[in-house]
Amino acid sequence: MSVMKRLSGVVQAKANKVLDRVEDPRETLDLSYEKQLEQLQQVRRGVADVATARKRIELQAEQLQASATKLQDQARTALAQNREDLAREALTRRAAIATQLEGLKTQHDQLVAQEDKLVLTTQQLQSRVEAFRTQKETLKASYTAAQAQTKIGEAVSGISESMSDTGMAMQRAQDKIAQMQARAGAVDELLASGALTDLSGSTDPIQAELDKASKSGQVDAELAQLKGQLAAAGPAGALGAPDKPAEAAPEDDKVVDAEPERDEPAADAPKSPDPFTLEDKKGES
Amino acid sequence: MIVRILEDGQYKVDKSTAKKLDELDAKLAKALDKGDDSAFAKHLAGLVKTVHSSGKRLDPSVITPSDLAIPAPTSTLAEVRELLSSETMKVKKKKG
Repeated sequence: MSVMKRLSGVVQAKANKVLDRVEDPRETLDLSYEKQLEQLQQVRRGVADVATARKRIELQAEQLQASATKLQDQARTALAQNREDLAREALTRRAAIATQLEGLKTQHDQLVAQEDKLVLTTQQLQSRVEAFRTQKETLKASYTAAQAQTKIGEAVSGISESMSDTGMAMQRAQDKIAQMQARAGAVDELLASGALTDLSGSTDPIQAELDKASKSGQVDAELAQLKGQLAAAGPAGALGAPDKPAEAAPEDDKVVDAEPERDEPAADAPKSPDPFTLEDKKGES
Repeated sequence: MIVRILEDGQYKVDKSTAKKLDELDAKLAKALDKGDDSAFAKHLAGLVKTVHSSGKRLDPSVITPSDLAIPAPTSTLAEVRELLSSETMKVKKKKG
């Protein structure tokens, strides 16, 4: 069956619900004018709601973008440190963020379209309400003429149809906003749980690994330097220490783990210039 | 004949255009029944295009009811289905 006819019926049915028709058509005219002013207010609020939803999505997209950039940097750093596992992890997360961003972009485009449309609706409604206001006064003035009565009937039907159309457009916009908000809420949850971002904080496992790796790299370098110095200075004092490496190693481990300050290994180094300490650390991580 | 494109506005169309619209309307109805999203989008776009190109847009200050209504150009099959189902429910309520 014809979609256009059925849809026309729906619009009419909704239009009839928009206005409570009263006995005197002149009063119906006044009532419908009031309703139109109300609707104009609603549409204006609708525009504001869509704008708010759009801004929220833009903010989220910025946050996701920042996380993606950070993960990319982390992947690069990880690769430079020969930590392909970490680089892979970072890139996997980055891919998940890219998916989220794509979804947000689609929704953002839809919101922008909705916003534009509602702004246009507001303008059209504004001019229609203006036109209706003058027409209703003319019609009321000539109400006694039979012709005017027919015209009033048409005007009321026409205006309530327009209002029903606007009402449906508003409903659609609100449905869209609700969908966006559900999605935005889900992204917020992800952001809050740290699953997608928050990788800059102390809870960021990739960064922690990278820091650890770079620290142990530094320690290696310092150790090598110290060894070089010892070798150059001569064997006398240095030979005594390596007699108990098995005892010294676990202690050093604890110290390094509990307080990973840069000067710790350096302070330890003269006591026990033992490469196992660091080898153990690498094995753990 | 006056046609309203929802979320767009009212247009006056002549008889030959109305006939064209009827043909597209039948295709749209078929797509709707079949649940064929892409055909639905195609024929809806066809209807809108026909009205835009052959119809005469009514001045918004003209306040008059329409004979036919075309779904909003951006509406999906699911949305139109829901709109039309709300009509069926209302009719049933009236009868009951």
